[in-house]
Amino acid sequence: MQEVYFYGTCLVDLFFPEAGMAGIQLLRRAGVKVLFPEGQTCCGQPAFNCGYWEEAREVARTQVALFPRNLPVILPSGSCAGMMKHHYPELFHGQPDEAEVRAFSARVYELTQFLVAVLGVKLTDLGEPVKVTWHSSCHAVRDLGLKGEPQSLLAQLAHVELTPLARESECCGFGGTFSVRQPEISGAMACDKAADAEATGATVLLSTDGGCLLNVNGTLEAKQSPLRVQHIAEFLWERTHAR
Amino acid sequence: MHAETEVSFRDAAAKALLDPQLRANFRRAMDGLISKRKAQFPDPADLQDLRALSTAIRSRSLLNLPALLERLEASCAQNGIQVHWAETCEQANQLILGLLQAKGAKTLVKGKSMVSEEMHLNAFLEEHGIEALESDLGEYIIQLDDETPSHIIMPAIHKNKDQIARQFSQKIKDAKYTEDVDELTAMARKVLRQKFLDADAGLSGVNFAVAETGTLCLVENEGNGRMSTHVPPLHIAVMGLEKVVANLEEVAPLYAILTRSATGQAVSTYFNLITGPRGEDEKDGPQEVHLVILDNGRSRIYADPQLRATLRCIRCGACMNHCPVYTRVGGHAYEAVYPGPIGKILTPQVEGVGTRHDLIHGSSLCGACAEVCPVEIPIPEILIRLRREATHADAGSQVLGRGTGRTASEDWAWRLWAAVLKRPAVYRLSAWFATRFGWALPAGAPLLKHWTRSRTKPVPARRSLTERMRAEGGRHD
Repeated sequence: MQEVYFYGTCLVDLFFPEAGMAGIQLLRRAGVKVLFPEGQTCCGQPAFNCGYWEEAREVARTQVALFPRNLPVILPSGSCAGMMKHHYPELFHGQPDEAEVRAFSARVYELTQFLVAVLGVKLTDLGEPVKVTWHSSCHAVRDLGLKGEPQSLLAQLAHVELTPLARESECCGFGGTFSVRQPEISGAMACDKAADAEATGATVLLSTDGGCLLNVNGTLEAKQSPLRVQHIAEFLWERTHAR
Repeated sequence: MHAETEVSFRDAAAKALLDPQLRANFRRAMDGLISKRKAQFPDPADLQDLRALSTAIRSRSLLNLPALLERLEASCAQNGIQVHWAETCEQANQLILGLLQAKGAKTLVKGKSMVSEEMHLNAFLEEHGIEALESDLGEYIIQLDDETPSHIIMPAIHKNKDQIARQFSQKIKDAKYTEDVDELTAMARKVLRQKFLDADAGLSGVNFAVAETGTLCLVENEGNGRMSTHVPPLHIAVMGLEKVVANLEEVAPLYAILTRSATGQAVSTYFNLITGPRGEDEKDGPQEVHLVILDNGRSRIYADPQLRATLRCIRCGACMNHCPVYTRVGGHAYEAVYPGPIGKILTPQVEGVGTRHDLIHGSSLCGACAEVCPVEIPIPEILIRLRREATHADAGSQVLGRGTGRTASEDWAWRLWAAVLKRPAVYRLSAWFATRFGWALPAGAPLLKHWTRSRTKPVPARRSLTERMRAEGGRHD
């Protein structure tokens, strides 16, 4: 039986645990044994992005150490996966443990990436007809390099109609600390994203990333919009498991 | 946030965001540019090939920069173009003033040049009794209102047609009010035609300077570049020292990607190849051509292997056109000569990472800029590097103002952050409190108050994923 590690990420841990559980269920259903090591906190991206690399390394080291076996590490986040896959090697460049970290980075996958590219999962839609829209998180696409894996999973669902955003690949304005360092610009971007999503007529906006979801959700709630947001893992699991 | 910060991108941006006209003008213009560029690159593979080639050419030019600049100087001299070197903007201004005064020039007509903006040349010349008139239509429009460019290739893009109609009717002598674009253009053209004929000297920028042949390439759409460089008896070209390429073969792909990335044109209306002053038997062209090569911090950028990529820039402006921040706040909010993503990495390197800490943090790191950059400048990576330099300074770093953006409060915040997250037990305890009592945090708490300006408070789930997995009793390893 294939085994994988699951790395929850701090945002999923605290704000979207259902998405984490759903991701684990999707993997298990595909015949994979999921290991969830204790001691998970954060990938270190906020400090890395702000230039506090020593602090980022201290945290990242503790996380790498949780995944010693040569198994894939699956994350329900494109941004955190991009950090661990592409930026850890940069962060640990010239450090004594660089080789170990690089070996770890090579094993990192975002959830939908793994479901599509490695497992080739086939989904059967059991849900009612629904109209959804898709926000392609910047880091998932431009940093990690997703190439439509989430959309291809959605396309397998017979009763799901995907109505694209007018500006699908435009940033939602989250940007980690950007959201509080530049609250006016960030807020304006989030408002535009929310309006774009509302204009699609969809009932739910999906994404791979908790940061974007938190940002868009807070904005939608503030304008008392009926539109809700959901992590793709949770959406896929909800629609495909027999209750 | 930082005491050292003299300018605040946040404040200026917040003000710009409240101007619906400005936002609409930028959004409309940028959308147009984005779709025109897209139409020029129908095949992603072709685009990637051209980007890779352009990146390679620019990287190689920089690798051989000192030798290429020497070669350029020699080739130019052979062509009768006199080359001058300026380490600072002040030196460049003095040089140009000297050249003008030597000819007794009182009026200067300018093609478009961002380097001259960098030097604040117009104001300097005015102080010395020389009138500098912008002849690029956009530059002419903003000069009438004493404004600076809000975009590097479309300097008046912040204004719409109606605003320009009002402005022309008030500022151009005997002009009638019209909103007809052709009539407005004709009005400016009439003024400018006479200026080209009357001017004692002309000034232009340089898009590419060819080392092998001593050719100055000038890309433009209005013909004003050609008029400025050919009609007056004296032509002065200014360029940043990074603009040199080895030979004419290298110009072709760079030109192809420049016009397509910038305005979505396969070719520009004019492409001038300037190879020297008027020959003995020739009837037109300037009697003297001078090239002023400006450093202004570029050597320092050049010395750093990572930051050197900044100098690959061919000034197409695609990064701004595609930037979700620039699109919303416009160019003036940056309070810098070069706005948008390229400005966010260039300005702090020239003015200091501490003083322009506001700019390096004014990005969500979405990467839209790097995705379209024709010479693949990794702008987000460089922003992160500059953020690090602003607070820590890498060993051996030459970055201006390194370490001066640091504050005790931010240091403490990250120390605390790491102290919690590198100790799983402490994190678990914090997570437990957050999930149980996070809802009780007041919306006006530090940091959260910024978040809740336009959003509801994020409320943690009642049980974390970690707790749920524990309760499930699955194997955790």
